[in-house]
Amino acid sequence: MLYALKIATRYVTANKVQTALLVSGVAVGVFIFIFMSALIGGLAEFILSRTVGDISHITIEAEETDPAVLISPSGHVLSVVERGRTRTATLAEAATWLPLIEAVGGVKAVSPQINGSGFLARGAQIAQVSVTGVEPGRESAILNLDGYMIEGSARLGSDLIILGSKLADELSLKLGQTLRLESSKGVTAVLTLGGIYHTGNGGMDGGRVFVSLTSARTLFGVPQGVTRIEIKLFDLNAADATALRIRALTGLDAESWTADAAQLMEALNAQAQTGYFLKTFALITIVIGVASALLLSTYRRRPEIGIMRAMGAGRGFVIFVFVTQGALIGLMGGVSGAALGYLALLPFPSRDAFKVGTLPMDITQGSYGLAITLTVIGAILASILPARAAARVDPVTAIGQ
Amino acid sequence: MSVLLEVQDLFKTFGTGEAATRVLRGLSLTLDVGEMAALLGPSGSGKSTLLTILGTLMKPTSGSHNMLGHDLIAAEDRELTEFRNRHIGFVFQFHNLLPDFTALENVIFPTAVREGRETASARARGRDLLVRMGLGDRVEFPSTKLSGGQKQRVAVARALMNSPELVLADEPTGNLDRVSAMQVMDLIAQINRDEGTTFLISTHDEKIASLCRRQIVVGDGLVTG
Repeated sequence: MLYALKIATRYVTANKVQTALLVSGVAVGVFIFIFMSALIGGLAEFILSRTVGDISHITIEAEETDPAVLISPSGHVLSVVERGRTRTATLAEAATWLPLIEAVGGVKAVSPQINGSGFLARGAQIAQVSVTGVEPGRESAILNLDGYMIEGSARLGSDLIILGSKLADELSLKLGQTLRLESSKGVTAVLTLGGIYHTGNGGMDGGRVFVSLTSARTLFGVPQGVTRIEIKLFDLNAADATALRIRALTGLDAESWTADAAQLMEALNAQAQTGYFLKTFALITIVIGVASALLLSTYRRRPEIGIMRAMGAGRGFVIFVFVTQGALIGLMGGVSGAALGYLALLPFPSRDAFKVGTLPMDITQGSYGLAITLTVIGAILASILPARAAARVDPVTAIGQ
Repeated sequence: MSVLLEVQDLFKTFGTGEAATRVLRGLSLTLDVGEMAALLGPSGSGKSTLLTILGTLMKPTSGSHNMLGHDLIAAEDRELTEFRNRHIGFVFQFHNLLPDFTALENVIFPTAVREGRETASARARGRDLLVRMGLGDRVEFPSTKLSGGQKQRVAVARALMNSPELVLADEPTGNLDRVSAMQVMDLIAQINRDEGTTFLISTHDEKIASLCRRQIVVGDGLVTG
């Protein structure tokens, strides 16, 4: 079939202007496909980084045991003890699991924590806060505290506290000031303000404080173990699979972030579906364009097809010539469109540097290979009808033309 | 001489009902190996239809058609295509060269399409044929840049490329001036003499017909002389 390829190539190169126009049409379709892929992918990346980029991708919490229920010999319930609102269960052997979890593929950082609630007081001013005790050195393992610090340092010492800008404003706090933190267990600690962060998230900036794990042990009466292990992954889309692996490896109740993000996932899926529609329309445009151009080409070449058939070219040969012509046009249009798309995406900031107010285009999500492959397949499919029509040309009638 | 092809009681009708036109009406004909025959007759006598049927490009409505021991009426399209490629060459009135190809590429087409590629031996034979046609300096010329006579000689070379037993020529000189026409006929006569290729040449030109050893006259769908 090398010879059929040669003829197809000759047909493609014979009329350069017509081929250039056709390839340009295909390239525009591929360009749209790539542009949409980069935009939809970048947008999803942007939304995810803004919503779940600073949260734990996998969380392990100790399972609470059910409160005891007393039942009389006659089967009557004597008393019911309601579960407290504060988690009290601890992962006593967390230290044993940490190295194992850290060794799991795809895990970027692990942060053992003690969480609870309390009241932060400065003089007569009091604010309710959520307290997170983290290991010094792992302050930025999950939330990028280092990156959000506007004053002081994210480094936690045993008597230091870090809190958000909103809370600092409400309590009129300045670095180095002394504060009282009373935990829900009624334990009070006197801490020094070591740093103020600003994430832009009001709830976090106004109600969450960080202390060292040692301080948290005292505050919440957890002499060993932790209440929670937070895990960050290199690829947050791998959270479900990694959570399953950790669960199988440790037996702990590891839960992916997606379990509590159904609405976000639905929104992202809807966005992806929109992208698929747009890309499908781009492909349909390509298919229609190639099919109509090849139909015209086969009509114009009917006498030649008749001669080929008279000289001993079979129907299969004719079909192969025109399908190959379609594939070549698809390949040229696909590669040109992909190159054009790549060049057009180059000026946009990289995925790590998306800025508000600019299109979050992700050049790495251009789906270049997929675009070229689908275009070639689409062009081949589009050329089948014209090719079959060409193969059915009656040599006698065609030569007579 | 041995028989190359034989057709018996050929009928060919185009259309149906009142619009039906019967072009061949029981035509019978035998051609021997190495013959050079002219096919004469007025327009509408059935010459072109007969050539088309002999060239396996069309089947008759009824009758028998045998060539080299093959029953060409019973053969499928694929078999006919292969048979045509190996055993029959065509020369048309309007040369019908492939416009996007050079003279040599046109000539070697029948071999290349059979072998799936342009082999060195095919190129050598094609080049040799073009030299014999007096076109040694036009081998790599685009076919569209050749004169009418040159195009027709390329078409003759193409018809001979696969060394077919039969070459069917439909008014091969009809579109040429007298000098070019005689050049083409001289070439055909020379090949017929040297290689024993059978030629059946449809023509209106008595002078061209007189160059053939046999004249077959067709009239009203039958061989009349």
